Amino acid sequence: MSPTSTAKAGPRPARIGSGSGSGPGTGPDDGPAAALRRSWRKASPYAYIAPFFTLFLAFGLFPLLYTAFVSLYRVELQTSGDMEWRGIANYTALFTDEYFWTALRNTFTIGVLSTVPQLAMALGLAHLLNYKLRGRTFIRTAVLLPYATSVAAATLVFAQLFGRDFGLINYVIGLIGVGPVDWQTGTVASQIAVSTIVIWRWTGYNALIYLAGMQSIPHELYEAAAIDGASRWRQFIHVTLPGLRPTIVFTVIVSTIGATQLFGEPLLFEGSISGGISHQYQTLGLYMYEQGWGFFHLGRAAAIAWVMFVLIVVLVGVNALIARRRARKEAGR
Amino acid sequence: MTALAPPPAAPGKRRPPRVRPGSRPWFRSRFRFRKGGGAGKTMTGGWIAYLILGCALLVSAFPFYWTIVAASRSNADLARVPPSLLPGPNLMKNFEAVLEEADIGKALLNSLIVSGSVTLGTVLSCTLAGFAFAKLRFRGRGALLTLTIGTMMIPPQLGVIPLFMLIAELQWVNQLQAVILPGLVSAFGVFFMRQYLIQSLPDELIEAARVDGASTARVFWSIVIPIARPGMAVLGMLTFMASWNDFFWPVVALSSQEPTVQVALRQLGGGYVNDQSVIMAGTLLGTLPVLLVFGLLGRQIVGGIMQGAVKG
Repeated sequence: MSPTSTAKAGPRPARIGSGSGSGPGTGPDDGPAAALRRSWRKASPYAYIAPFFTLFLAFGLFPLLYTAFVSLYRVELQTSGDMEWRGIANYTALFTDEYFWTALRNTFTIGVLSTVPQLAMALGLAHLLNYKLRGRTFIRTAVLLPYATSVAAATLVFAQLFGRDFGLINYVIGLIGVGPVDWQTGTVASQIAVSTIVIWRWTGYNALIYLAGMQSIPHELYEAAAIDGASRWRQFIHVTLPGLRPTIVFTVIVSTIGATQLFGEPLLFEGSISGGISHQYQTLGLYMYEQGWGFFHLGRAAAIAWVMFVLIVVLVGVNALIARRRARKEAGR
Repeated sequence: MTALAPPPAAPGKRRPPRVRPGSRPWFRSRFRFRKGGGAGKTMTGGWIAYLILGCALLVSAFPFYWTIVAASRSNADLARVPPSLLPGPNLMKNFEAVLEEADIGKALLNSLIVSGSVTLGTVLSCTLAGFAFAKLRFRGRGALLTLTIGTMMIPPQLGVIPLFMLIAELQWVNQLQAVILPGLVSAFGVFFMRQYLIQSLPDELIEAARVDGASTARVFWSIVIPIARPGMAVLGMLTFMASWNDFFWPVVALSSQEPTVQVALRQLGGGYVNDQSVIMAGTLLGTLPVLLVFGLLGRQIVGGIMQGAVKG
């Protein structure tokens, strides 16, 4: 709250500093009261950002920066006050742990398996939603429903659907003659199952973002293309896609970050913190949780968090580079 | 950074002025050209479009339907081949079981407290800060804004370990403020409110009020808040949903003694309860509140996402 009294909306504008005894002879713009008023004018913006920044520094910025520091120490969960210097030992221990490499590989494959189909489908869906349709608002809202469900709820339902013996999905593919798939223990199968949950939750959301991008493409471009005899498909390729490029880059980056952070889906798919019997779908996020809150090694977990962050920076950098080079190619044509 | 320019209208009013319902029968489409639309704007979708969209809707909605089916049957029913696709009679019994086994009642109350506080606090602090960044001049404004937006792309998980140490130091583990206070930090919220106010609050209004001798606080109270209200509503809805569904941090900071809904669901899925139909009943209970909010405000949420999330 701002420190000044929040005046009730009355008919007369309230004046700050009125009532401070300005005797006869003092003009309205000098004297201590006015000086105070002036300095308050200068300082008051800080009062507006103070609530946010106080919290931001304590619970946002400080932890982000402190992670790198913690990752150089031995910190145990039960005695998180005691920190013992280890240098880069946390990192070397990490890189010699085979499960770290498993988690890294899983994160990558699940990331690709979930992001690529998700964004491709979202693009197609957005294109359809852009048509003039009956009940368009209803369809848009319904498509966003999965986004409103929590990771936990969605995963529990899908875990049930993906059940090996009595799951609905195995029953359905059984009808077309595919034998029961063991969605929990098979490496590829379990990764596909986990990716499915991600795809189900996020496709509609991304479709809406693409739709918003499509609606900001000037109509004249389409008319010009139509006059030039471009089919709908060619309009999509030559008008829609280039116009959507910034939006696509944005969604790719956000999805990449999301995929690197995957945690809830692999944790709840079976309920174990190791991500399956042979860690077959343990992601980096889950691996970090296992180290920190399963084995109580907070320092080690901080090292993993830091590695994840570097990984994200690299991936986003690569994405941005590709996008820029493609944009340049387009411009050079 | 170019955000889509939301008109200073109510959130979700991004479509052309609608014919008022009732003046046109629902089965007759409106043949009108729209400006600034995409390719399909002037073309009515064919039956193929409807077919594909219908499939998409089915895929979106089926898991919800299945949750209801599974939650209303017994465990024996779920272990039957072929599985039954119709709701059964056991819903209330499963609800009772889940209230006993996972304390979903307490979890719902806690989630309501957490999400409510986080939403109110976030909207308030982000409106204040967004207004300062949009309309006030002060030293360090650019640097502070860059700092805030710079953290927007940094995943929160990076700071989770020191944050946990901080919470442990404060003796807040297993207490709701451990989830509420960090939840208030929303760089996106500040960015969102700043954009909103830049687009919908003319400088002339503020200057006019200043000339009339109004203080900044007075300007904020009587001019900024009324104009920012639609933006605040959108931010509030998005924040509430995100807070309600937040998973990683509550699981770390709370336990079954003081659970939010997501923590309780984690307990359910963690092998303590082996009864699939009870697990599904818990899932249903935990999802219902958000679905309710979504049913009431879905259109506004769609509008909010479409205007807030596009940052090219």
